[in-house]
Amino acid sequence: MRANETPALEILNLVKHFGGIVATDDVSLKVAQGARHALIGPNGAGKTTLINLLTGVLSPSKGSIRLNGTDITQHKAEARVKLGLARTFQINQLFQAMTPLEALMLVIAEREGMGWQFFRPLHSRKTIRAEALHRANDLRLADVIDVQTSALPYGKQRQLEIALAIACRPKVLLLDEPAAGIPEAEREDLLTALAEMPRDVTVVLVEHDMDIVFRFADRISVLVNGGLFAEGSPAEMAADPRVKAVYLGESLAGDNHNGELANA
Amino acid sequence: MIFSHMKRKTFWFEIAFWLAALATWLLMPRSHLILNEIAILALFALSLDFILGYAGIVSLGHAAFFGFGAYAAGLFAKHINADPLTGLAVAGVASAMLGFVASFLVLRGSDLTRLMVTLGVALVIGEIANSWSSLTGGADGLQGITMGPVLGMFAFDIRGKTAFAYSLIVLFVLFVLSRFIVNSPFGYSLQAIRDNRLRASAVGIPANARLVAIYTFAAAYAGIAGGLLAQTTQFVSLDVLEFHRSADLMLVLIIGGTGYLYGGIIGAVVFKLLQDFLAQLTPQYWQFWIGLFLVIFVLIGRERITGGIGTFLRKLGGKS
Repeated sequence: MRANETPALEILNLVKHFGGIVATDDVSLKVAQGARHALIGPNGAGKTTLINLLTGVLSPSKGSIRLNGTDITQHKAEARVKLGLARTFQINQLFQAMTPLEALMLVIAEREGMGWQFFRPLHSRKTIRAEALHRANDLRLADVIDVQTSALPYGKQRQLEIALAIACRPKVLLLDEPAAGIPEAEREDLLTALAEMPRDVTVVLVEHDMDIVFRFADRISVLVNGGLFAEGSPAEMAADPRVKAVYLGESLAGDNHNGELANA
Repeated sequence: MIFSHMKRKTFWFEIAFWLAALATWLLMPRSHLILNEIAILALFALSLDFILGYAGIVSLGHAAFFGFGAYAAGLFAKHINADPLTGLAVAGVASAMLGFVASFLVLRGSDLTRLMVTLGVALVIGEIANSWSSLTGGADGLQGITMGPVLGMFAFDIRGKTAFAYSLIVLFVLFVLSRFIVNSPFGYSLQAIRDNRLRASAVGIPANARLVAIYTFAAAYAGIAGGLLAQTTQFVSLDVLEFHRSADLMLVLIIGGTGYLYGGIIGAVVFKLLQDFLAQLTPQYWQFWIGLFLVIFVLIGRERITGGIGTFLRKLGGKS
């Protein structure tokens, strides 16, 4: 990143209280344009809270958020999406009564500003349909495109969860544990799809799986107890004894991830 | 969904459905009055299906918009202009305005809050109509309405021939319009809000604005239904705002099913015929029987009673 370039996402002194509990403790963070930025930390470190603050599901007690230089702290969730910020959820949030094709077409139509058009049927819009099929293909949903979402197997629902966010064509994409619950065998499809994301899309990844983090991220921030504990390149984080102590140490002890870390 | 995915069989079913409706007008002249009531109830139920079946807003006070439209049409005909179509437009616009204001009260809150708020709004409107008797006629009802002929050609008759044709055509036109709406991007966005509001806003759908729009729109439909009743009976009483109208409407949709548009019509037919049948059989106890029927109906489940027919009909709307 050039030194004078506007960060894709900039968080300044963000604080969130839930009653007496500090869920986000004065976090400041810059995510560079086109970065693959991982947020890691033990359970309860406030990763999902931070994502919810960024996307407008929660409003912060203090601090501000800038998206490509625009202050979005007071923006509603849907307004942030229009400005190019999309997310996936840790627990699938899908439109159960729709098919993947319908859901994808809906999201694309909304993105294209057609959400207030109430006459021409959604299904008759050829360019939207074509793009929806393309997205479905990318995330291996082509074979279930007309199956009602509630009837899809979990792995496919997870793919759809991510496809819907990508269909928003975001500038910044926040992925909250995208691989959670996906069987090992199906993970590769997901990782391939993520690796194929255009480089000008900035990706913030919350993830527990260190394989994925070290394969994917070019920068890592470690959250502990709601605060930013450490930040750096994957190699720096892997080598940092403090990080190992609070987080990596416990999850890596005695398993084969040590090899990954040494290579990273 | 219908227009691109429509199967030949469903298409012909729909044609048959509306031809059957037309046939009742041609072949059952002695039933025109009750058929007119059914058509009006069906339109009213279509209105509730918009907000309940598509947008997921429960309401126990939808009669507020029905009654408001009825009084608007009645007063307009009595004091300003007796042309029916103009009067219907006035009824629709008047109720839409009331719906727009009321919509802000149902944006937030749980189903229970919404039930109470909608109920409260209907009670308030009902009490205003009751108290403002210089305008509405109060408990005596709004009398002295004389309607002009529809399109200047078809005068209303005592047996309901014109009335039923008029109501049926209005129902058909508004039904077709509503099907375009639910299949549009706007319509799908409502279903998205109903299914998962959190995700809807996370893909850029402004949930509140969409709910205001559909609530206003549904209120207009209800107002037109009320207007039809006022015009075809040439009388408006406080009954149009009563609680039982809102409650009956829920029953209609429980019988017919929500979220595929035909539920309101089918429910209205079943409900009215049942009510009529029971009222003739046991004039004093019909409410007991209809209550019993509904309890059994809900316990056994609509699916099992209507069986294959219901499944087939639901496929029409592409939803289940």
